[in-house]
Amino acid sequence: MILSANTTAQATDQIFVSVEHWLVSHVPSAIQPLVADIISVVALLAVFASLFAVTTVLERKGLGRIQNRYGPNRVGPFGFLQPLADGIKSLTKEDIVPLAADRTVHFLAPIVLVLAAFTMYAVLPVGHNMVLANLDAGLLFFFAASSVMEMCIFMAGWSSRNKYSLLGAMRAIAQMISYEVPLILASITAVMAAGSLSTATIVEKQSGFTGILPHWFILTPWGFAGFVLFMIAATAESNRSPFDLPEGESEIISGYFTEYSGFKFALFFLGEYIGMFAMSGLGITLFLGGWGAPLSFLTWVPSYIWFFAKLLFLIAMFIWIRGTLPRLRMDQLMNFAWKFMLPLALINLITAGLWRFIPNDALRWIICCLMVVIPYVLLGRGMAKGWKLEKRTYRFAE
Amino acid sequence: MLGTGIAKGLVETARNFFGSYVSRDRLTTVEYPEERAPQIEASRNFPFLVYDGDDWAAGLRCVACQICEKECPPKCIFIEKSKDKKLDAVGKPQFYPTVFNIDVSVCMSCQICVEVCPFEAIKMDTDFELSTDNRFSGLLWDRHRLAKPNTYYHEIHPTEAAEVDARLAEEKAKADAKAKAAEAKPVPAAAGATPSTGHGASSVE
Repeated sequence: MILSANTTAQATDQIFVSVEHWLVSHVPSAIQPLVADIISVVALLAVFASLFAVTTVLERKGLGRIQNRYGPNRVGPFGFLQPLADGIKSLTKEDIVPLAADRTVHFLAPIVLVLAAFTMYAVLPVGHNMVLANLDAGLLFFFAASSVMEMCIFMAGWSSRNKYSLLGAMRAIAQMISYEVPLILASITAVMAAGSLSTATIVEKQSGFTGILPHWFILTPWGFAGFVLFMIAATAESNRSPFDLPEGESEIISGYFTEYSGFKFALFFLGEYIGMFAMSGLGITLFLGGWGAPLSFLTWVPSYIWFFAKLLFLIAMFIWIRGTLPRLRMDQLMNFAWKFMLPLALINLITAGLWRFIPNDALRWIICCLMVVIPYVLLGRGMAKGWKLEKRTYRFAE
Repeated sequence: MLGTGIAKGLVETARNFFGSYVSRDRLTTVEYPEERAPQIEASRNFPFLVYDGDDWAAGLRCVACQICEKECPPKCIFIEKSKDKKLDAVGKPQFYPTVFNIDVSVCMSCQICVEVCPFEAIKMDTDFELSTDNRFSGLLWDRHRLAKPNTYYHEIHPTEAAEVDARLAEEKAKADAKAKAAEAKPVPAAAGATPSTGHGASSVE
């Protein structure tokens, strides 16, 4: 009885894998790998593009509620067909290319952006055995693809020949390169603990249980610090509030995509959200146990459901943060990356190493917690030193 | 410590988020086409011409004196005075406007036409749903479209309309008495308030 329940759970867990195997078995064996990849890619595109559609509604409704209003509630039941209306609108809009723009680069930027964003999903395990390409250097591949997104943003800003676009692009480059450092340093801790760059292996290393608690890296002091650092850097990488300076609507009119209209604009939007999901997905993979169940008695729930539940949770956190924090200033942003997050990430590397080599369990908890908390408090105090609020004096505008 | 302010902010936004589902006071949105906020009596948007009785052409209070046309700051009023005189509701021969146009797109809702009208003939409307699919004829309103009955005026600005009616009745009584004394012949009184010569009734307020 228990055995049969177990096999049913396993069958539901592997249902998509089995369906793909069944579909692939109908074609000649020479092209089987190709067909398998195409099926996986189409599935990934469909799932994450529809997740984007759902997220736009959820975000607008959530932000609305945070600001004590309804948000979209006109199109379809509870406004959930709003993305359809938005899609039709952006498809029917005129595609305007500035006369002075570099037409080729201007055209390529949004397309390459979306391509790069989707490329990141190749190494993201969205379920048990559900990773498109289990590369040995999967994490490296992921960050390589994500840095292509930065290049696309600069392509967009540069080719538009618009001061706002260029300003936005410069800001984006400065910000994304700065935050890539703590992002990668924070994720290295997980690599150190798992001993592998392969995302599937990192998830497998976190799949055990002690009692009912899982072996997720976030449940260790260095893992918690690493996760928080990672998510802050991921917010900056995906250009989201409070790090949305590159597209600050109120100052530089949506920055690098000022000169984009119609569906290209929608593509930028799509690329940005897809990038955000991918970053969240990597955060889940590295620190939140990937597709693993959060408690040992919940392992019967299919793995992909856990992955998407965690993803939706992180998206909700992103929306919550966006509804709470105002935009930073450029110098604050840079100070935060180089003077606060980078030292913390470096110290966190040492913490992760100590965690591995201190044999006594209680001792390593105490030492590692102190190594996370003390630098945080001290660095925070150092950051706050320059933040005295005083009356601003203007030299020219009075 | 760093981050306490952020935590406070997160608590506040979370309170807003969940509060908007339970407390009606937080969610102040009025969903406009289906729901409407109660109309404020003092609101004003665009002028209209008052007429008495049932026939808009006969009951129009306007005597085409063209003061509003001259005073209008953006010059959105256009009046053509009639050649002949017709009997107004009181039975007194008066000029009347053969053309009275207001360009909605030009009007700035300043209410100066209402302030200067000696005959209480032009008042401010509260109707704000003025959108049209024709930007020429749809925005140039003629006298027929501008004419609205005195009962409508009572409906949208009850206090002000009552004051105006009282003033008009007083003036009419004065004029009647004068006429009676002069000719010893009474003027047949029309139902409701009707304008007579109305000297000095320069403003509503």
